[in-house]
Amino acid sequence: MKYGYYPGCALHGSSYDYERSVRACMEKLGVELAELDDWICCGATAAHSINRKLATALPARTLAIAERDGFEQVFAPCPMCSMELIKVGNMLKDSESLRTEMSEIVEDTVSGKTEVVNLVQIFQGCGIDELTARAVRKLDGFKPACYYGCLLTRPPKDLKFDDCENPGSMEDLLAALGAEPVRAWNYKTECCGAGLTLADGDSVEDLSYKILSNAKKHGADCMVVACPMCHVNLDMKQSAIEKRFKEKLDLPVYYLSDLVGLALGIDAKTLCIDKHFVKCGV
Amino acid sequence: MKTTTDPDIALVEEIAHTSVADCYQCGKCSAGCPQGQKMDRLPSTLIRMVQYGDVVEASRSAAVWQCVSCLTCSARCPKSVDIAGVLDALKQISIRRKTVHANYQRTVAFQKAFLEILRRNGRTNELEMVVLYKTLGFFGDVSTNPLRSIPSALKDAHLGPAMLLKGKLHVKLGGPLKDKALVRRIFKKCEKKVES
Repeated sequence: MKYGYYPGCALHGSSYDYERSVRACMEKLGVELAELDDWICCGATAAHSINRKLATALPARTLAIAERDGFEQVFAPCPMCSMELIKVGNMLKDSESLRTEMSEIVEDTVSGKTEVVNLVQIFQGCGIDELTARAVRKLDGFKPACYYGCLLTRPPKDLKFDDCENPGSMEDLLAALGAEPVRAWNYKTECCGAGLTLADGDSVEDLSYKILSNAKKHGADCMVVACPMCHVNLDMKQSAIEKRFKEKLDLPVYYLSDLVGLALGIDAKTLCIDKHFVKCGV
Repeated sequence: MKTTTDPDIALVEEIAHTSVADCYQCGKCSAGCPQGQKMDRLPSTLIRMVQYGDVVEASRSAAVWQCVSCLTCSARCPKSVDIAGVLDALKQISIRRKTVHANYQRTVAFQKAFLEILRRNGRTNELEMVVLYKTLGFFGDVSTNPLRSIPSALKDAHLGPAMLLKGKLHVKLGGPLKDKALVRRIFKKCEKKVES
């Protein structure tokens, strides 16, 4: 299987550990990734807050590159990137006038025909049976709370692979690999404050505290995420959160690919698990 | 999707691609908003104000920039009003009309710094962005919120050395873009459309 690969800015910056972890899993699973030539940023929260036209044009440029280079499928591990690409792709498919306008703005033909997938979907595409057949280690002793955050499952009209209020695809995957995910807890799809880490740190700490403490209260011994921003807020900010709320949380935060990678026999160092801030005992 | 003759309401609906008249004030958006507790005006209140044409006053709310764009409101709206889209429209209007709430100038400074780096490089460079944001935010605070200027400029500074140790602060990120001029042209065309 060959995918056009859209790393996005975070994975080439402070979330390089996520990229290493994802790439190690894909290599093990025989999924070939070809980085899109001259991809540009999706615009993230800044573009849709300041200029919505730009928030359509930036992802449209990347989709145009994928179409030009003949990629039918593109894999974007950051849910903000994948959501923006999927949303704009659907908008383009629905409107001929938007296709004309965007093709003019991004200086190449764009139709929105590329299928864009996130990390959960790429594992689903491999198939749970295939993953369990390839697993060399059972994820015994992991009791993760799988945290979806906002943009893996929202907006629901664009992201249909799971339920937007009570998703379960990460739990299904990890349970098949031997983990015991906590299924009933309250903050699976509540926001962690996302890109406001720097701009409004207090809000991020308030929101992330609710998520972490609720997961712990329901018996989780670690968190699993599939988003670089969720990881920053729950992992890097965790010690500041513990200090502010005077509560020991001590919850390691894994990327979904970290746990799948461990099950596939990839060592923790290759997955860059040692680069996380909260110490992971693997 | 033209449902109004009021130019301010029409502007919101044009930016957000949604019809605010459809809202019947059930309050589900406000009930599920993760930032609702902090807000000076709840999402449903803002929608009501837009329905009345009180768009500029709505854009003065702290809530506009407290919104974390999580999309929960839009996902749950029984009338399919894109509330998060309306909040985006109010964000844009607050910048154009200079009605950004004084406590949230920094959030705007951050988003502007993000886009500025993007315009220059086509991709975000976190280090460059932090420096630009801290500078913009500092000068913004000096005029609007002087007591906060220095603590805000130093906030999170302690994370720098720890990130460096984890290899998480790269001075040089990824490969450079080959066609940066194209990115600037895309920006120019999109900004022209907003002005017209």
